[in-house]
Amino acid sequence: MGLKQNLHNFKVKNKDKKWIPAFNALFTFLYMPNETTHGGTHVKAADDLKRTMNTVIIALVPCLIFGMFNAGYQHYLALGDIESAKGFLGASFWTWDNLVIGIIKVLPLVIVSYGVGLGVEFLFAIIKGHEVEEGYLVTGMLVPLIVPIDIPLWMLAVAVIFGVVIGKEVFGGTGMNILNPALTIRAFLFFAYPTWMSGDKVWVHGAVERAGTPDAISGETLLGAYAQNNTLAGIDYWDMFWGLIPGSVGETSKFLIIIGGLFLIFTKIGSWRIILSTVIGALVMGLIFNGVVDAGWISETSKFYGLMSVPFWQHLIIGSILFGAVYMATDPVTASQTNKGKWIYGFLIGFISIMIRVFNPAYPEGVFLAILLMNVFAPTIDHYVVQGNVKRRMKRLKAKVA
Amino acid sequence: MGLLSKKDAALITDPLADNNPITIQVLGICSALAITAQLKASIVMAISVLFVMGVGNVVISAIRNIIPSKIRIIVQLTVVAALVIIVDQVLKAFAYELSKELSVFVGLIITNCIIMGRFEAFALGNGLWRSFLDGIGNALGYGVILIIVGFFRELLGSGTLLGIPVLGDPIAKTGLYSIGYENNGFMLLSPMALIVVGIIIWVQRTRNKALIED
Repeated sequence: MGLKQNLHNFKVKNKDKKWIPAFNALFTFLYMPNETTHGGTHVKAADDLKRTMNTVIIALVPCLIFGMFNAGYQHYLALGDIESAKGFLGASFWTWDNLVIGIIKVLPLVIVSYGVGLGVEFLFAIIKGHEVEEGYLVTGMLVPLIVPIDIPLWMLAVAVIFGVVIGKEVFGGTGMNILNPALTIRAFLFFAYPTWMSGDKVWVHGAVERAGTPDAISGETLLGAYAQNNTLAGIDYWDMFWGLIPGSVGETSKFLIIIGGLFLIFTKIGSWRIILSTVIGALVMGLIFNGVVDAGWISETSKFYGLMSVPFWQHLIIGSILFGAVYMATDPVTASQTNKGKWIYGFLIGFISIMIRVFNPAYPEGVFLAILLMNVFAPTIDHYVVQGNVKRRMKRLKAKVA
Repeated sequence: MGLLSKKDAALITDPLADNNPITIQVLGICSALAITAQLKASIVMAISVLFVMGVGNVVISAIRNIIPSKIRIIVQLTVVAALVIIVDQVLKAFAYELSKELSVFVGLIITNCIIMGRFEAFALGNGLWRSFLDGIGNALGYGVILIIVGFFRELLGSGTLLGIPVLGDPIAKTGLYSIGYENNGFMLLSPMALIVVGIIIWVQRTRNKALIED
């Protein structure tokens, strides 16, 4: 008898125990269960929830690995120990030293995110007596990618508990949540501990503890600088595109996000409608703002001028609008379900993101707020799309009958 | 209880738990969100509402047979308004700082739906003693929730209780702060008050399944 059979017998023997969902979760993670479906025909497809989640995780792994290298790269670059890498394959980027910093700083974020989040999931599965749901697999991967590198681990743990319990479990668990849990976690961190989630210190490892000392280094993001009507010296558009800039752990490399996005579209996990319409929405809002600047309606002293005068296409490569569009907005649970709804939903995400970015210099990164807002409106959008469809068909029917 | 019959005692105990005005009837939420960032403000608000409801219910009950039903809302408003002005003036005289902190919310006790609700639903149809008990009971039920929410919001949001630092000094980094703890700024924002009330509702309904509505 193999290990699998032993585990199966163990499961059957203990099927009434309270903790069995926790065991089942680990068991089905490792093996295909022995049971087959009973009764009539069922839809058979390979892309079950676990497969879907795993695909998204595969799409995220390049961002995570890049984020690890970037953590060290930004740290040493700010200290002046290394030269600017000049391009994606630059010699001073893919170094062992950079990776070590990344492993020391990023890996604990991943472990805390998964450990705490899955702990809460297991706990709820045992209390409610249902099987552990796979929903946290992607959330747990997204969370370390959207927080600053130096965030204290206990804050992350508190936020993960809050996000999973209030954002998901109270609504009934995976598939029932209104808000994207990863963004709920980020929103909680942002409002609870603003000094660790925004400003010009938290984005580069070491900048916080060196603040106020002669060794102080800048940890500012591009967006933060633009919002203050400044620019950061020594960064060109290719750096932004390749991702060699400070920012949250995994959102800086637009190149890898685009590859991940194409992968998601190709595997039909992510909705290309949402991704495309989010980008269009952002570009439209950017164009409107450029138009306002060109028309001379605001002066250079205005506090909106810095971000409003950014050429519209640059909004896509500064900040995390692409990351949000590809990995957050496309979350099938919280997005609109209808095709027409997806266009509206995505467009408004892009549109509102850039609007918040420009009009509220205190929240230059408005993408997560825009996505959360549209998460709330997604069912409303779907409702009207469906009603419109019903009305049109009723009319057609009437015309036919008459 | 010797003093109260069983039926009368229920008027006080019901609103404390199974018929709580905030967590079960979901009334008076606005003030629960607005003034619970500090425990002290919550307590003062709870006492003010206790006074207004206790006296108001008695007054309405006393004149219930001579109020023409067409203008009863106006009469009720007049009674609440008079009582609220008394509370407001007393606070201004003896606790000026606090009354500034509560600012407009004392005046807005008038619009607290729990008060009008009890006038309409209870005082207009019951005797003096029972109306008094009902007013006290509902005000206590309201106050309990206010104080629970205020306790958690002040403790986690500012690290103090009644203005006294209990977790250490956040600037000098003593107590809990010396090991990296930080105050949760979200607790001071009103959305968090709503979430705390929501958690109380959740806990209460988990303990007593009969309270779950469909």
